[in-house]
Amino acid sequence: MTALRDAFLSALVALGLFAPLVGLVTTSGEHGLLLELRPIATAVVVGLVFLGRLIVLSRRGRTRTASAPSNRALAEKVSKAGKYVTPLLLVAAVALPFTGSRYYIDLGTLVLTYIMLGWGLNIVVGLAGLLDLGYVAFYAVGAYSFALLATNFGLGFWTCLPLAGILAAFAGVMLGFPVLRLRGDYLAIVTLAFGEIIRVVLINWVSLTNGPNGITGIPRPTLFGLAFSMDGGPGTIADFFNVEPAVIQRIVFLYYVILGLALLTNWVSLRLRRMPLGRAWEALREDEVACRSLGINVRNTKLTAFGIGAMFGGFAGAFFATRQAFISPESFTFIESATVLAIVVLGGLGSQLGVALAAIVMVGGLETLRDFLSFLGDQMNSPLFSGIASELPLYRMLIFGLALVVMMVLRPRGLVSGRTPSVALHKVRDIAPGLVARGRG
Amino acid sequence: MAYALQQLINGVTLGMIYGLIAVGYTMVYGIIGMINFAHGDVFMVGSFLSLIALLGLAALGITSVPLALALTLIFAAAIAALYGWTIERVAYRPLRGSFRLAPLISAIGMSITLQNFVQVSQGARVKPIEAIIPGGIQIMDQGGFAVRLSWMQIAIVVITMTILGIFTWLVTKTPLGRTMRACEQDLKMASLLGIDTDRTISLTFVIGAALAAVAGFLFLLYYGVIDFYIGFIAGVKAFTAAVLGGIGSLPGAVLGGLLIGLIEVFWSAYFSVEYKDVAAFGILIAVLIFMPTGILGRAEVEKV
Repeated sequence: MTALRDAFLSALVALGLFAPLVGLVTTSGEHGLLLELRPIATAVVVGLVFLGRLIVLSRRGRTRTASAPSNRALAEKVSKAGKYVTPLLLVAAVALPFTGSRYYIDLGTLVLTYIMLGWGLNIVVGLAGLLDLGYVAFYAVGAYSFALLATNFGLGFWTCLPLAGILAAFAGVMLGFPVLRLRGDYLAIVTLAFGEIIRVVLINWVSLTNGPNGITGIPRPTLFGLAFSMDGGPGTIADFFNVEPAVIQRIVFLYYVILGLALLTNWVSLRLRRMPLGRAWEALREDEVACRSLGINVRNTKLTAFGIGAMFGGFAGAFFATRQAFISPESFTFIESATVLAIVVLGGLGSQLGVALAAIVMVGGLETLRDFLSFLGDQMNSPLFSGIASELPLYRMLIFGLALVVMMVLRPRGLVSGRTPSVALHKVRDIAPGLVARGRG
Repeated sequence: MAYALQQLINGVTLGMIYGLIAVGYTMVYGIIGMINFAHGDVFMVGSFLSLIALLGLAALGITSVPLALALTLIFAAAIAALYGWTIERVAYRPLRGSFRLAPLISAIGMSITLQNFVQVSQGARVKPIEAIIPGGIQIMDQGGFAVRLSWMQIAIVVITMTILGIFTWLVTKTPLGRTMRACEQDLKMASLLGIDTDRTISLTFVIGAALAAVAGFLFLLYYGVIDFYIGFIAGVKAFTAAVLGGIGSLPGAVLGGLLIGLIEVFWSAYFSVEYKDVAAFGILIAVLIFMPTGILGRAEVEKV
């Protein structure tokens, strides 16, 4: 009975929230804007809230008592399974192109790009504990460095890749210097501002970046000097291996390039974690004052974290540019930074496997959702749904936002929330999530 | 001189709007120490609510401008307050006391949700309205350049001052304000002394959202055109204002808002319109380097 009352109250609140914005729609009329009534849509939304609240309440009544131990058991299971999941994922990643489906390879490439970005940002946020909301800036620096070097000086992808990384790392250190003294949320807002500054400059410096129109004709990567060209002339892959030129060859090649880059990121960060530098990062995350007292050079530690994290962002950006062959400032908005940060946090801050899983869930899920919604829209050809069918693809980001909230509420510490110490005296043992100190961010 | 005076008027008007939004950021940050990323989008929702209310009142045949404006303001503030309350309840309260980045991600999710919700429900097109309070007065004329002060700008300054006056009274003189200040100083101690902290935090969100809705209402009246994306940039600027003024400090938020408004307007007038955001953020970075606690903020003392 209380559940019913509670659900009724929720529906009442929902009515207050949605009656003005869903029930009354501003449409353009002949003399300016007009209001249009949509009572059915409002009723549907309010009804959904009512039902949703009822379901949540009935589930909560059953599981509340058992939730804490089961959560811990789940966490242990996840970290145990991690031993098998990692090689499994790796094999799956290597084997994916053999499916031959262009759709899956493209999706895999996208997911791997985000995994790489996630691992790069993980160095800054997960290991060094510096909250960075402007990571997309380094992605943009990498992409534009490659695009500009390639289109202006005719350099190839493999020459530009290290240059893009170096330039992005330079940008990272440049951002790092002024924010050395800031912590927590001040750092967050400055990095966010930095990301916006880069984007505004990219839009407005038309003579260099071609402004909002972006840069076109970015060259594709080559395999030891062999181009993936469709005409199959001398010096192309098709000519060298004596096969028919096909688009799929280039797509598979790009897939393996990003797989290699992502694995490089993973390998480097795993190695760095064991070096004094990596240990200093993790110490810095836990307690900056203690670090200073123990003689760790906080300035260099922070700058290297920014620099190395940014470098991997720059690599990913160069890859993005060569894959798309076209970049514009629109690809480097705050929403990208937010997605990557969400991947890192949902992955459980510091866990390499967690970041990969989170990227698969979020980016894969987002793309699956896109297909599902357009499929659903095609199915609804009855006039009853005429208003909603064409709008369905727009619901994608709405669902994404809600999913972020729900995932955080359900698993605030991320998917893989325990921590494995980088250094241990005898035997490496996982630290339960409850024992991990609250990160200062 | 005349040109500069005109820019000063425009800058103060814009700064008032930023200040109103910044108060919401700084209050929430002061009490629970999180960046309420969805706050800028509550501002956007507030301006949409105002638009709908204005159109609805026009359809109902209420033609008296002051009455229509007052009703719109109350309606937008009330519904936006409900939004603020719901957001806190759904997205932040379950994460209270949890690990620090979780509420931030949840807030970013809420911001994405609100933006896309308005885009889906109200359409992605910009919504223009006609000027409701047209006209103004000419203050001075210098070499053919007329300095104008529109009625709208006067209205914005008057409304903002009134609202901020009520708000200051609320915070400094009422029991509610006392509990809010207590929670800001020490949340745990306040709860030990019998203050219902959950209720206080909820009310903070409600008040912040209502102020943001007032800002949204003024934004709609001043610029006459809104879309679902205005919340992000305005939110970032307002947060910048809050940080500039010293986060956690209420007068600081208004001061920061005024400064950001003035910087933006003067930069646009004398240098380049395209880089006005760069100027605002650049000043933020500069201030934080030399004055990490902002203009009126207290230095954060950490006990080890």
